[in-house]
Amino acid sequence: MSELNLVQAVNAALKRAMSEDADVLVLGEDVGIDGGVFRATEGLFQQFGEQRVLDTPLAEASIAGVSIGLAAQGFRPVAEIQFTGFAYTCIDQILNHASRLRSRTRGRLTCPMVLRSPAGGGIKAVEHHSESPEAMFAHIPGIKVVMPSSPARAYGLLLSAIRDPDPVVFLEPTRLYHAARGEVADNGAGLPLGRCVTLRPGRDVTIVSWGAMIKGTLDAADQLAADNIEAEVLDIATLKPLDSATIFDSVGRTGRLVIVHEAPMSCGIGAEIAARVAGRAITSLLAPIERVTGYDTMMPYLRTEAYYMPNTAAVVAAARRTMAYT
Amino acid sequence: MASVQGHNSINRVLDIDGKLVGTMPEFARNPDELLKLYRALVLTRTFDTKAVALQRTGRLGTYASSLGQEAVSVGAAAAMQPDDVFLPSFREHGGQLWRGVTLKELFLYWGGDERGNDFAGPRGDFPNCVPVGSHPPHAVGVALAFRLRGEPRASVCVIGDGATSKGDFAEALNMAGVWQVPAVFLINSNAWAISVPRAKQSAAKTLAQKAVAAGIPGEQVDGNDVIAVRAVMERALAQARQGHGPSLIEAVTYRLCDHTTSDDASRYRDDAEVSRHWPAEPLVRLRNLLTAAGHWDKDKEEALLHKCSNAVEQAAQEYLATPPQPVAANFDYTYAETPAELAEQRETAIALAQGAA
Repeated sequence: MSELNLVQAVNAALKRAMSEDADVLVLGEDVGIDGGVFRATEGLFQQFGEQRVLDTPLAEASIAGVSIGLAAQGFRPVAEIQFTGFAYTCIDQILNHASRLRSRTRGRLTCPMVLRSPAGGGIKAVEHHSESPEAMFAHIPGIKVVMPSSPARAYGLLLSAIRDPDPVVFLEPTRLYHAARGEVADNGAGLPLGRCVTLRPGRDVTIVSWGAMIKGTLDAADQLAADNIEAEVLDIATLKPLDSATIFDSVGRTGRLVIVHEAPMSCGIGAEIAARVAGRAITSLLAPIERVTGYDTMMPYLRTEAYYMPNTAAVVAAARRTMAYT
Repeated sequence: MASVQGHNSINRVLDIDGKLVGTMPEFARNPDELLKLYRALVLTRTFDTKAVALQRTGRLGTYASSLGQEAVSVGAAAAMQPDDVFLPSFREHGGQLWRGVTLKELFLYWGGDERGNDFAGPRGDFPNCVPVGSHPPHAVGVALAFRLRGEPRASVCVIGDGATSKGDFAEALNMAGVWQVPAVFLINSNAWAISVPRAKQSAAKTLAQKAVAAGIPGEQVDGNDVIAVRAVMERALAQARQGHGPSLIEAVTYRLCDHTTSDDASRYRDDAEVSRHWPAEPLVRLRNLLTAAGHWDKDKEEALLHKCSNAVEQAAQEYLATPPQPVAANFDYTYAETPAELAEQRETAIALAQGAA
């Protein structure tokens, strides 16, 4: 056990995966000698060499596309896109190719690749560096979408993503890279994809979130507890496929649901969760479902980004509304 | 091979009458090799004719013909080794057949059945790439895999002239050049991208010269001269296998057909232009060469047409007699292991399909 921050946990998982399996490769912009702009790939080039840690030309679509070719040939490429703002040209490759290679060849060719990218705001970055595009990826059949919220989960989920036989988009909350610290056992144990993690049990209201919003959500649960409101906090962790069963179970006990995400509200993953709960657990609900999310606007520049991102007070207020509803 | 007037340095062995205008490459001195190429061209055209007929009678989906361009992919495939990887666009039926994709698989694919892509023969080959020009990066990845494993294999990616305008094509060429991977990019330069003629696609004098910016070799070949295409591809593949990196080949040909069966080229292209290009089509010149050399005659031609027609007819019947996949298949191949949420949809779909039946 050692205490790592989230980016160090990503680094540890990459090292572990590369040590275990010679077919695991890392490629992307500045991932080699520089160790990645966030240092997620630090030391990999020195340890594994240029045959397995490939600096690519500046061409995001082809970073994804080359990974597809490698994966079809049996490698397990882990591609880094420096920021999700630059990942949109990869959507063509992910949606038209990576996601459906298995299906369109009836299993003859498969695409076990991971596309890693830092996502979300709060790091005072220049424009295009702070968006949360998870719903756009989660709409694509055939891929998995993961967003960890702690170093231990980043480590375990990334290992599972690399070992997964299908393509995984792995979104790393940028503002947790250094801010989130915790014990990580570098023992090679993966965490299951497609499962929610109950971070805090509670009887009164279920609050679900993922990624960087987990911290504010847990803080909100602490504040609510002071008023004797016990919130159950679920980290969704894998956004596709979504672990509905755990959410239904929790809402079945609490009767109240607050969904917290940083991405814009409309057509977000919160909408999917709300629809599923409305479809299967509406009779359990004692109050309308609340969504605490980013707005349907552009992500503002850094001076006003704090206004955009949901904060603890907003989560507390939403939970209280569900409690007050009669 | 000779330089031909009007095209500064286009590679060509035969003129449109089948007369030698260049040096016969080594393989072409063996008449059996030439006969094999000729039979492949005829089989391709026979398949093509049948596919269009099936589409016109509602028994095949929209189909992209390769009429007039058969030599491009046949020549390329003939130059490849079986364990190379072929990444076609969607007009390379001839090359696919050469590599062991079956006629039935081709019919299944164009008839709208994914099993047509589950090639029993070339297991590593990619299926068609309908989003134009998005597959050159895959060819780089495949070739990089070969290089990393130290295997003497290569990837061959075919794109149309329209695809050379795409960013992915430029990115892939550039990456292939930087990494010196064993990939050969072959342009089926057939003069039309649906309704957009070559002149409106690019101001570049040749599309082969797009290699220059990527720092890799590029050259043109007469895409209707199957001997020249095979020779140029063999050279490029040998370079690739020996670790000398990728290349770009522009096979200059002409799309004698509509873009697809959904297209009506008479809306944008003069019949006179098409007629002008017919004499240069790839089958007749090779037939003339073979006939002049005493390797071919009318009886052999008739026997070949009969044989191809039988094979195509039989495959078409097998395709038509193949029942569609069960509704569950589409769910079962979405992931290696079907997630719970999808398993639920799978049950729904099965129940609905049963209700409908």
